[in-house]
Amino acid sequence: MKFVDEYRDPAAARHFVRAIKSTLTRPRSIMEICGGQTHAIVKFGLDQLLPSSLTLVHGPGCPVCVTPVEMINKAIEIALQPDAILCSFGDMLRVPGSQRDLFSVKAQGGDARIVYSPLDALKIARANPNKQVVFFAVGFETTAPNNAMAVYQAKRENLENFSLLVAHVCVPPAMEAILSSLDNQVEGFLAAGHVCAVMGYREYEPIAQKYHTPIVVTGFEPLDILQGIALCIKQLEEGRAEVENPYVRAVRPDGNLAAKKILAQVFCPGPRVWRGIGEIPDSGLHLTEEYSFFDAEMRFGLAEALRANAASECISGSILRGIKKPHECPAFGVRCTPEQPLGAPMVSNEGACAAYYRYRRHATKGN
Amino acid sequence: MCLGIPGKIVSVTDGEDIYRMGTIDFSGVRKEISLAYVPEAQVGDYVVVHAGFAISVVDEEEANQVFEYLKEMEELASGSDTVS
Ligand code: SF4
Repeated sequence: MKFVDEYRDPAAARHFVRAIKSTLTRPRSIMEICGGQTHAIVKFGLDQLLPSSLTLVHGPGCPVCVTPVEMINKAIEIALQPDAILCSFGDMLRVPGSQRDLFSVKAQGGDARIVYSPLDALKIARANPNKQVVFFAVGFETTAPNNAMAVYQAKRENLENFSLLVAHVCVPPAMEAILSSLDNQVEGFLAAGHVCAVMGYREYEPIAQKYHTPIVVTGFEPLDILQGIALCIKQLEEGRAEVENPYVRAVRPDGNLAAKKILAQVFCPGPRVWRGIGEIPDSGLHLTEEYSFFDAEMRFGLAEALRANAASECISGSILRGIKKPHECPAFGVRCTPEQPLGAPMVSNEGACAAYYRYRRHATKGN
Repeated sequence: MCLGIPGKIVSVTDGEDIYRMGTIDFSGVRKEISLAYVPEAQVGDYVVVHAGFAISVVDEEEANQVFEYLKEMEELASGSDTVS
């Protein structure tokens, strides 16, 4: 397959691994921010090819995983309303709220629907003028412009029965939170290629400088990831801390201008609570005043947080900050499985616990 | 499709930019995708898709960059590359 197979060439991958081995002079820890990359790493066994002195730390880059239980509870509240249809990506329906998940709400007669795109939710709103249609807007800067486009179109069409339950998060403040935490072990970042395709990578430059930490924009195929690691190690060994972009085939320095334009009209930064991490200033996107009409929390009177008791056994906070690996969780694979998840990282397609469960089960050599 | 696998645009609907849609082929699986954010994209282009939207057109020329980098490394390492 074009632009895929050639980036999975085992001989080329071996060459990168040799280069990494010969460059690395001491133990290093690099974080891949994006859960999509975590999955690729574990699926292709890339971490097992690498020297044991190199630790790949799995980052918080899974939107489903970082959405706090309070937001799931709010989505459930909405889905329980008789005249509401709650739409979201499939994974969100399986994440446990305080008492139940959206799938069980659906089983009890609530209307929660899986969609592939926010535009599908908009279609449902157009087709059901008597219902309030809410899209559960989770995701990083990659997904935010798509959801922005949905309300942009809704406003233009004076569609009054569509709104967003907004739980968007932004990557750079999370990177800063990780780098400035006392127990941080991360020495370099593989930045998420998708996010950079939208946002570009200029906003990473001050972070690389301030924390003297290399940041390499990285794609999702095995060669992309190995090249990202090789470049990151090279920088560390040479004492450099720059933003590098080897994922040039999809990422331009300024990102996607059309997407950024709509994003800036519809959303503005504000504080956001991350699951397991807590509130990070300016790490979320909220609807601007001009679009506040489309805020589902206001429309349904849910602005006050619904208190939540997260499953106490779940150590997702440590997993999401890269302090613990999934198999170090006592519940992993025993009381917590993808069929019966205790926490979001076991639910999501991009969750680290699900990746380990699916491809690794019990990790070896401390990676 | 969520992990950055590019698909090929096989057809495009007419219309205003923000409503422009395209059929994208992901090696046999076809999906209707919004092209609102890639106004320059044409039939035959490869795009990276995320949550129903094309977010980037894959640059054919830049796509070989990783292999050039590999070649450079091989040249640098030639002769001393005995680590396996
Ligand atoms: S294995 Fe389950 S309980 Fe443990 S951290 Fe992962 S999601 Fe939470």
